[in-house]
Amino acid sequence: MNEMTIHRESLATVDFEKVKKRQRMGSFFKGILFLLPSIVLFSVFLFYPMVRTIYLSFFLTDNSGVPTVFVGLDNFTNIFSSPIFQQSLQSTILFVLYTVPGAILISLFLAVIANEKLRGIGIFRTMFSSTMGISVAAASVFWMFLFHPTMGWLNQLLQVVGLDGIGWLTDPKWALLSVSISTVWMNIGFTFLILLGGLQSIDSYLYESADIDGAGYFYKLRRITIPMLSPTLFFVVTVTLINAFQTFGQIDMLTRGGPQNETNLIVYSIYQEAFMNYQYGTASAQAIILFLIILVITIVQFKLGERKVHYQ
Amino acid sequence: MTMPLHQKVIFYLLLSISAILIFAPAIIAFLMSFMPSQDILTGKIIPTSLTLDNYVQVFDRSPLFNYLINSFVVSVVIMLGQLVLASLAAYAFVFLNFKGRDALFFIFIATMMVPFEASIIPNFQTIRDMGWIDSYTGLSIPFFAMAFGTFLLRQNFKQIPKELKEASEIAGIGDFRFYLTVVLPVAKTSLVTLGVYGFLTSWNMYLWPLLATTNDSVRTVQIGLRQLQSQEQLNEWGVIMAGAIIVVLPTLILLFLGQNKLQKGLAEGALK
Repeated sequence: MNEMTIHRESLATVDFEKVKKRQRMGSFFKGILFLLPSIVLFSVFLFYPMVRTIYLSFFLTDNSGVPTVFVGLDNFTNIFSSPIFQQSLQSTILFVLYTVPGAILISLFLAVIANEKLRGIGIFRTMFSSTMGISVAAASVFWMFLFHPTMGWLNQLLQVVGLDGIGWLTDPKWALLSVSISTVWMNIGFTFLILLGGLQSIDSYLYESADIDGAGYFYKLRRITIPMLSPTLFFVVTVTLINAFQTFGQIDMLTRGGPQNETNLIVYSIYQEAFMNYQYGTASAQAIILFLIILVITIVQFKLGERKVHYQ
Repeated sequence: MTMPLHQKVIFYLLLSISAILIFAPAIIAFLMSFMPSQDILTGKIIPTSLTLDNYVQVFDRSPLFNYLINSFVVSVVIMLGQLVLASLAAYAFVFLNFKGRDALFFIFIATMMVPFEASIIPNFQTIRDMGWIDSYTGLSIPFFAMAFGTFLLRQNFKQIPKELKEASEIAGIGDFRFYLTVVLPVAKTSLVTLGVYGFLTSWNMYLWPLLATTNDSVRTVQIGLRQLQSQEQLNEWGVIMAGAIIVVLPTLILLFLGQNKLQKGLAEGALK
């Protein structure tokens, strides 16, 4: 009898284990099934291209992009010794330095003044965020007219003040700055909206107690608003920085990389190299550089952000 | 807190000046789209007469109507694809327990670090080899999988009480039915936010449609605008502006309607 019970018990535990295992397998398959569409598409359009780009960067290719000759790191040494790519990197960095602080400072100012509880403030908020709904192509058309050498409003304005007109998009000294100005304008809507959201989530209790202490407007701005806004600011800096490195549309519309390659930013350079010159190998090498730049930014910001940023 | 009058005046002044400066490029374009070409050529700032001629011309001279349809189809398809894939993935990350889930979640995070611009060369070749150049498929499918959307919905799904899931399990409701009948309706607001965001970004996409289209059959409005700008002679600014205004109108309307939700949704996805 005793033996029988023991036997039965062990049978039961075996069954239990089996069922558990089957359940685990089942839930694994179910999980994968729900994730499968995303996993497949990420694999085809993200992971494979990444690996393939690295692979292509070690090869020379024919006109359709089929790798022909293995050249090792030659593509990389070539692009770094090419004055055009050096120029492109330099322009990209300058462009980033113009547009990121530009867009964030202006948007921060707008968000601060639009955060006041005033009648009709909604209209102003809508107007400030409007550029987010304007596509790069349309915004470029708007600015192309403003930059027009004779009819454009900017040169007409200069004339009224008695200054000579500027070749906004044709003068190598001005082109990058002009493209940057229009880019800042395009970015304002998004950065403003996010920063305003950050401001609105600050506890009003903080301001009330500061009011009781008799703190002035700018004191509150410096000691409450900016520190409490730092997580949002941190996010906005990351996004605009990464966006700036990926700029393409306005270059293609406004300058096509000219004059004298002054506005040939890195993505435009990749585009030209791959789809106009059919140099897929060197274009891939440039794409790898772009990828590394963005990777480094993300990691650095992650590390710095964790340490310095004040989270609520 | 009430503000003293002089402070109020300063704020309204700052707000108004900023609004004029920010809105000026769009307003100028809007005005120009109604101006006869002589007015524009002679550099007039205030139009002598208003006309709808530019709008008639832009539809006459370019297949703008086709471009609009194409953009609409592509944007809606991308939007729906993103909603389905992101909500399915978010469901798995919140409600299903299985081995390797955290590793997969980490992989999803990692995808955000790969810029699309850095992988366009193989992607272009893939689309070309599949024969998807000049097709809605090639324009939309690469954008279906979306880490940002998955995060946004994951945050939202997490707020659904776990007891609800347990109760439904006892009642014998399967995961897919629970996803369809409970999770999706509860997360409606987030889905709408994500949908609006997806539509906006797809409508405004530039680089990919430029590469993936070679003729007018599926070309989107943004590339249509590029065509218009490069083909038109420079004295037809009114027509070009009319085209640009038509292109931005749908997204602006969508933005104005969904501004509050979008702001909250983006901030949530960004910060949590």
